[in-house]
Amino acid sequence: MESAPKRGFWEAMNNLDRRIIFLILLVCVAIPLLLNVGAPIPPTRPVQLAYDAVESLEAGDVMMVSIDFDATSAPELMPMLRSALRHAFSKDVKVAMLGHIAIGLPLGHMALEEIAAEYDKEYGIDYVDLGYRPGYIAVMIAMGRDIGDIFASDYRGTPLAELPVMTGVRSYDDIELLFGFEHGAVIDYWVRYTQARFSQRMTFGTTAVMAPDAYPYLQAGQIEGLVGGLKGAAEYENLIGHLGLATRGMPAQQWAHLLVIGFIVLGNLGYFFTRRKN
Amino acid sequence: MKRTVPLVITFLTGFFLIVAFFIPHEPFGELEQRLLVWFAIVSGFTMLLGVDNLIRSHAKRIARTDTGWGHSIALLVGLVVTVVVGAIGFARFGSPFHMQSPFMFVYTYVIVPLQGTMFALLAFFIASASYRAFRARNTIATLLLVSAIIVMLGRVPIGAAISDFFPAAQEWIMDVPQLAAKRGIQIGAALGAVSMSLRIILGIERSYLS
Amino acid sequence: MGSMGTIIGTWLAGFLTLAILSFLYKDNPFYKLAEHLYVGVSAGYWLIYVVFFDVKPMLIDTFMNETGFEKWIILIPGALGLIMLSRWFPKIAWLSRWPIAFTVGIGAGLGITANLQGYVLPQVTATLLPVTGFTVTDLSNIVLVIGVVTTLMYFYFSKPHKGVLGAGARIGIVFIMISFGASFGYTLMARISLLIGRLHFLFHDLLHILD
Repeated sequence: MESAPKRGFWEAMNNLDRRIIFLILLVCVAIPLLLNVGAPIPPTRPVQLAYDAVESLEAGDVMMVSIDFDATSAPELMPMLRSALRHAFSKDVKVAMLGHIAIGLPLGHMALEEIAAEYDKEYGIDYVDLGYRPGYIAVMIAMGRDIGDIFASDYRGTPLAELPVMTGVRSYDDIELLFGFEHGAVIDYWVRYTQARFSQRMTFGTTAVMAPDAYPYLQAGQIEGLVGGLKGAAEYENLIGHLGLATRGMPAQQWAHLLVIGFIVLGNLGYFFTRRKN
Repeated sequence: MKRTVPLVITFLTGFFLIVAFFIPHEPFGELEQRLLVWFAIVSGFTMLLGVDNLIRSHAKRIARTDTGWGHSIALLVGLVVTVVVGAIGFARFGSPFHMQSPFMFVYTYVIVPLQGTMFALLAFFIASASYRAFRARNTIATLLLVSAIIVMLGRVPIGAAISDFFPAAQEWIMDVPQLAAKRGIQIGAALGAVSMSLRIILGIERSYLS
Repeated sequence: MGSMGTIIGTWLAGFLTLAILSFLYKDNPFYKLAEHLYVGVSAGYWLIYVVFFDVKPMLIDTFMNETGFEKWIILIPGALGLIMLSRWFPKIAWLSRWPIAFTVGIGAGLGITANLQGYVLPQVTATLLPVTGFTVTDLSNIVLVIGVVTTLMYFYFSKPHKGVLGAGARIGIVFIMISFGASFGYTLMARISLLIGRLHFLFHDLLHILD
């Protein structure tokens, strides 16, 4: 007799309207975000390695930045893109941007213009946006022989010959480091088709979804570093000493994780109690 | 003509690129480069096919006044307006991608929020799925669950605050067992891709011709 | 875009964000409208991209700027591209197989060498790890090798999972489950981050209640 109400409770919990779960999650993310209390996140090894790769560049070196994401993953990748650009520009490294996910390209361009302005960098001299060409693998491999064959002009249609930043930059031989920002399989193309064939130095920032898939590349030394998800972005912000949106988002991230763990425990308790009764 | 020519084209291009990989010297290197540029050009046209299908199916829906035809109008209006503002951006600023171009207005204030929010919905669904479906039904499922919880705790500051175990265990899981499984799966997939590519070049696999 | 444009744009973006989020309560006309608008606008975006990042720079500009052989040879990929569009006309749709065969052939040719040189070889090499003692690293190296081999055994379906293969596959599933658990944890992180991004837009850009 005693267990009847208990079972009723757990059954009710098992059949909880999912909109209540939605509402709890919304509150759990919104409150820490509004409190705005992000603290620096200590760096882990993969992020430190990515930082070190950029740190190894010297003034005048060219870093190629690949925008391989769109708005569906911008909250994770934009903060790390901004940090990487700040890091490069602070060292007077030149930046050549391109992208393989066409619909995300303007996001990269906006970040490039914003951060270049912070460091008084000039378009065409200190940085360039090459834009996009269809056919990932063909674009990647063709650049190994001659970038100009595939990108005869930049995203605005200006011929590369008129852009001083591209003077002497003909192929991967003239690109010191590739920093790709990835939310899908393009990272695999970069590594398998380009790193292997042209021994191009590479480091990546990826969404948390993609990060586990990139670990084998890191361990094999095919890529030099890995910035994974919002936490990775927050670590990079900490490393360059410029805390931004990723660091501010981490408390909300933390409470959401705890909430989901709570949901998993609660869901399993419900499962356990109702199954025992049944 | 209808099947033989494509099979020959596939064989010649595929075989040539393998040869050019091993002998990158002239004339192979130069010809390979030319084919790569052509590949890039041609692959752009495949996108047009997708857009055409979309326009046709929604135009049909409007013509027949099927359920939701009003939404199809919204879709086509969105498409036309985007193309028009792109053309205006080109005419006025020399490029649709100029920051002042109306095309960039549509990108910033329509595409970005729609795309971003569409995927943000997944946060709610994954939370709900964690509550309803993530059950420790047996040892194997429990393993998955424990690994997920350690990773979730290890990746946020409170994990380290509770115990150093969580970030350390998280790192070890990522560096060792999960890496091993991903590598095993990916080696299998890569070998599968190689054998599929060989079948395509040799004309055994022909499904792309259907 | 002036400040008025920014204000109108931000409110438009705010409306569309809320229209999509309203789906969480239940499916409704606002969500449907936003969803269809998304598909239409994205398709328009792709069209502009194909024209300005493919047809114009790679075909038209090349044809206009080059001379001699280079000027005329570019007509070949142009023609292949146009032939691709023969799918629009059922009677000659079979012609589209030619450019498709061309792209498939190139993809296959490049894929063979890239997957072997860029994945299988370096990944196998990186699995041949030294074990020189009884440290944590040595133990981890042993676990890693066992994990890779047993995962491969699990996905080997050409023989029944009995005997050594069966035992290996049973160990393999342990690694696979730990890996799926880690991937789930990481996927959850990513989804939460996206929600944080949208809420940040609502609080910061639209409502100005966050710095």
